[in-house]
Amino acid sequence: MAAPPPADERPLVMLAQALFPEFAAALAGRYRFALLADADAAAADEARALLVGGLPRVTAQHLGVLPALKLVACTSVGVDHVDLDACRSRGLSVTNAGAAFAADSADYAVGLLVAVLRRVAAADVYVRSGRWAADGDYPLTTKVSGKRVGIVGLGNIGSRVARRLAAFGCAVSYHSRSPKPSAPYPFVPALRDLAAGSDVLVLSCALTDETKHMVNRDVMEALGKGGVLVNVGRGGLVDEPELLRCLRQGVIGGAGLDVYENEPAVPPELLAMENVVLSDHRAVLTPESIGGVLEVVIANLDAFFSGRPLVSPMEL
Amino acid sequence: MEDTTPSADERPLVLLGQPLFPEFAAALAGRFRFVLVADADAATLAQGRALLIGLNPVTDDHLAALPALGLVAGISVGVNHVDLAACRRRGIAVTNAGAAFAVDTADYGVGLVVAVLRRLAAAEAHVRAGRWAADGDYPLTTKVSGKRVGIVGLGNIGSRIARRLAAFGCAVSYNSRSPKPSAPYEFVPAVRDLAAGSDVLVLSCALTEETRHVVNGEVMEALGKDGVLVNVGRGGLVDEPELVRCLQEGVIGGAGLDVFESEPDVPPELFSMDNVVLSAHRAVATPESIRGTIELVAANLDAFFAGKPLLSPVEL
Repeated sequence: MAAPPPADERPLVMLAQALFPEFAAALAGRYRFALLADADAAAADEARALLVGGLPRVTAQHLGVLPALKLVACTSVGVDHVDLDACRSRGLSVTNAGAAFAADSADYAVGLLVAVLRRVAAADVYVRSGRWAADGDYPLTTKVSGKRVGIVGLGNIGSRVARRLAAFGCAVSYHSRSPKPSAPYPFVPALRDLAAGSDVLVLSCALTDETKHMVNRDVMEALGKGGVLVNVGRGGLVDEPELLRCLRQGVIGGAGLDVYENEPAVPPELLAMENVVLSDHRAVLTPESIGGVLEVVIANLDAFFSGRPLVSPMEL
Repeated sequence: MEDTTPSADERPLVLLGQPLFPEFAAALAGRFRFVLVADADAATLAQGRALLIGLNPVTDDHLAALPALGLVAGISVGVNHVDLAACRRRGIAVTNAGAAFAVDTADYGVGLVVAVLRRLAAAEAHVRAGRWAADGDYPLTTKVSGKRVGIVGLGNIGSRIARRLAAFGCAVSYNSRSPKPSAPYEFVPAVRDLAAGSDVLVLSCALTEETRHVVNGEVMEALGKDGVLVNVGRGGLVDEPELVRCLQEGVIGGAGLDVFESEPDVPPELFSMDNVVLSAHRAVATPESIRGTIELVAANLDAFFAGKPLLSPVEL
């Protein structure tokens, strides 16, 4: 990458919220930053790019104070926290993290899947509490290999989940907005049918108006009492109160959850369940991924300011 | 399986080293006449050509009491509890569980690799203790994809672990008694060198006199402070007190352990470590595997009594 320009030639980038320290350190020499909440009128008028670090809400109102805005650059994959309708109607470009997080999310989704089916975390607790010596073996748990896996969303993350699980001898099918002709897995047009034909349902799609609460009671009943739900997408993809009911009533067999409707609030009922593996929205959080996202963000901002095509533009 | 139960007195006699596990008894009782060695009269002991064993040791003295013995049929993959040299001397064949457990062990081994590197169990504990809302995110953990993995023992289990981790984009190398020309991975003649060139060392080999304590202080120092050890073989492959010391002092970065030197005793120092995932020797414990093993044991016994080649003989 080219050397950073001298200080007063650095382009102005507005920040939706303060950057993580690693980001700030890596980007400080290349761009001039102003925080949206504190920006003076001159900066607000000048800013052509808005960098959204983390997952703060970015509304039409926020966008409205930036008349020169042309680019909204996000550091996440999911952009449901940004008012995309407002971006579209103003003709803004939106970029996301592209494939920078994809491998880590896929790794984690598979880790959650194995952990739920084989009770890895629960067995760890069992041993640590001295129950192996006292109470004998932990009960049998069901085999992972050969399970039928339905993946919702076969993008960067979903396709990597598929590849990993295929190596476990799992039979993979998928559901998405439209079929991917190049994918070697069967496409299932209706989510409910995908659930009915799967032992495990993995959610790795974007949260939009169409996909909100797509996993509802009907889908969970189709997944069935031996079925397991793994969510590394967004909490909003699942009707959470209904999920709790279905787990409590044994309508489904278990769940691996990295995301929730109201993070960091985790429904307390889940804490008592052994057939659930919980994590704190960290599927992507490795130093390697964060380094990767930095590169994507820099590449997008550099491209934008030099009038070249964006690296990871989203279709709005 | 079709009902081919011969009339009671035509069933072949099979001596038992210890009572059958209930699943085995239920499935096999109609096909063979089982007599516990401890309960058998002199005539029965003198006649017995096949001995079905469990996990209790089988010594030369046990074998000496069975002059007609031609087969020791095991229900596990590891047969280090059987005096194989004595079997060889006496011309007794030994069968094990073959590949019946291989898939589940491989699944679990990979589950442990992801769980240790991505701190799945520790993060779960973080969430369950309510620390996400109170203390914020669990810290970053390192990426799985692309890690260099060294596998010790590339048999039924090791080759399946390799295939799964290759799908995660890991670079796989291996050590075994002799190179496997058909394997697409690099063979490394010395375990210490394999450790030096790996981020993760996975043990999936048999416990023999040659492999006892193959992972010692020197190997762990070669593996290094960010290196992770995963053991789904036998506890005796690792110098356990040395492992505890290396973890305490940060000589290695973490471990996923399904097996220990004196099960069910687990070194209590491990209970407080976040970078360790423990499990109660359950990598194989799925109903699917047990059914598969029962079928394999029955098939070995049938083959033996029909004078046909054994399905899963152990090389003595």
